[in-house]
Amino acid sequence: MSARPARWLLGGRHYSEVASLALAAPFLILAFVAFILPLGSLLHESLFLPAPTLAHYERAVTEPVYLRVMLRTLRIAASVTVLTLLLAWPLAWLMARSSGLKLAILVASVLLPLWTSVLVRTYAWMVLLQKNGVINQLLMGAGITSEPLRLLYTEGAVVLAMSHVLLPFMVLPIFSALRGIPDDYSRAAQMLGASEWATFREVIFPLSLPGVTSGCLMVFLLALGFFVTPALIGGPQQMMIATLVSQQVREMLDWSFAGALVGVLLAFVLLIAILFKRAVRLDRFVGSA
Amino acid sequence: MLQPADLSSRSIGIEIDGLVKRFGAVKAVDSVSLAVEPGEFLALLGPSGSGKTTILMAIAGFEYPDEGRIRVGGEDITWVPPSRRNLGMVFQKYTLFPHMSVLENIAFPLKMRGVGRAEREERARAALSTVRLDGYGERKPSQLSGGQQQRVAIARAIVYKPRVLLMDEPLSALDKNLREEMQIETKHLQREIGVTVVFVTHDQTEALTMADRVAVLDHGRLQQIGSPHDLYETPRTAFVAGFIGETNFCAGRTLCAGVAGQRISVALACGHAVEALAVGALAEGVPVKIAIRPERLSLVEAGGGLPARVEEAIYAGNATTLLLATPSGQTLRLRVPAGGAGGSPAIGEAVGLSWRAEDARAFGDAA
Repeated sequence: MSARPARWLLGGRHYSEVASLALAAPFLILAFVAFILPLGSLLHESLFLPAPTLAHYERAVTEPVYLRVMLRTLRIAASVTVLTLLLAWPLAWLMARSSGLKLAILVASVLLPLWTSVLVRTYAWMVLLQKNGVINQLLMGAGITSEPLRLLYTEGAVVLAMSHVLLPFMVLPIFSALRGIPDDYSRAAQMLGASEWATFREVIFPLSLPGVTSGCLMVFLLALGFFVTPALIGGPQQMMIATLVSQQVREMLDWSFAGALVGVLLAFVLLIAILFKRAVRLDRFVGSA
Repeated sequence: MLQPADLSSRSIGIEIDGLVKRFGAVKAVDSVSLAVEPGEFLALLGPSGSGKTTILMAIAGFEYPDEGRIRVGGEDITWVPPSRRNLGMVFQKYTLFPHMSVLENIAFPLKMRGVGRAEREERARAALSTVRLDGYGERKPSQLSGGQQQRVAIARAIVYKPRVLLMDEPLSALDKNLREEMQIETKHLQREIGVTVVFVTHDQTEALTMADRVAVLDHGRLQQIGSPHDLYETPRTAFVAGFIGETNFCAGRTLCAGVAGQRISVALACGHAVEALAVGALAEGVPVKIAIRPERLSLVEAGGGLPARVEEAIYAGNATTLLLATPSGQTLRLRVPAGGAGGSPAIGEAVGLSWRAEDARAFGDAA
């Protein structure tokens, strides 16, 4: 009887535990050192410094000024999600119906923002929106307004700029969901008497929902923790939670309270992710024929 | 519960008149005219690229023809969009909507026609029962087998009593046994509800099994339309003779002129003279192809008939097929049914071949 041949990496579908660990180790070490450790120490500080206390958390969720920042963060993240969805769905649909050069141009114009720094794009928005910026000059030149409008440092400006930055994260999942819907479904629907609008409403849009939900989750969660764009475009009046955390750490040197804010944000993100996982399980139940 | 008969509609016919469809320089459909009788099961049969699917898509409304008219029940529908044609269609892939239950899928065309919720459900359940899938209504399509999915697709296509049912190779994705079962079942269902069916297939056995009449297409042209028996016994072109069933072709040259259906003499390449029926009018001395079915060839004593040598004997239970080499180097197939008198000859043995003149058909170049 010969010995069972050793399978290292490419021999079969099931890797040994050692091989699995080896494959994941570089990432696990990085995640531990750069993420789990500092986050843990921050949360530890928020709960146990100087003595075990929930006072920092109480302050974070009861004091009106901080509560307002959190509500604004949620409101902005939700607005950004809705706006990107409205912008992304038609674009993703067009992309799914395109091929060749047209598709390449569309994909590039969606991905291009991802290849440029967030900071650069944010400054570009500032140039557009500032008091003597391009938009105000155009409006005044056209005689629509006589005085420059206050565009920068408004919630609307933050939502607009963040939507621009986060658009690819909404377009790509919806595009891939739509790309996976065979033409035959809409042919079958039309054959069965569905108008084009009914085909969209009853067949195409429902089948795009897996992409819509994962796009919404990604954009919403990224928007919750956004820092650079709201800090520069929103200014101190439109502060979001990430800016508040940074302020606590850098200006107030209050690590414990910053930790409590991070804890609240983290709890919220986990809650959303769990709710989403339920939705995803429903989607999987749909399956595909 | 509704009985299947309640799904029957006053069936109507289809007339296709001078249909032409070009894709670039290629004529996918070249002047095809044919009529489907009310309640008839017509198969469009041909190899890939023969134009059969394009004809079906033109009837469905997904391809608009370059020339010609299509009438359903006397009404010209050439330019009517698919959603207004009120035709049923079963696609090659099942195309059941994956986010709807089986029952919702079947009720979908009723919903599109503004039928109320209660009636929708009742009629969808009756249609589900017609395809013998009671109790499967709440499942998702992905939880059904391929054959069950195709039955649901058929239920969905007949629930609104369409005037005509179009089927685009609906069984080709099923494995062989299930496909044969579904052929009989689909044919049975069609006879029960009496709907006019146009069925596209590249499988000649499927066409012969299911259809009342078969239209054979090649390179966008209608070769012949007729009952399975007509196509097998009296093919009008060499293509039809070769495409329907198994056929031996021998090249030769006419020794005399003849009109259609007349018995003529033909000299084969080896010089041997044989007899066959002329399919069209043939002049003397023109090249012809003679077609003979393997089961119509018979063995005679060596020295009589066309000389040949047994190369191979293929036993298939119900029959044995002999491969026979003729002096001109051609191989002919001869079928001996099992249980016949006498054993089959040994491999290498010299034999003679003969056939009745009316079983051999001589096609000129034009056919």
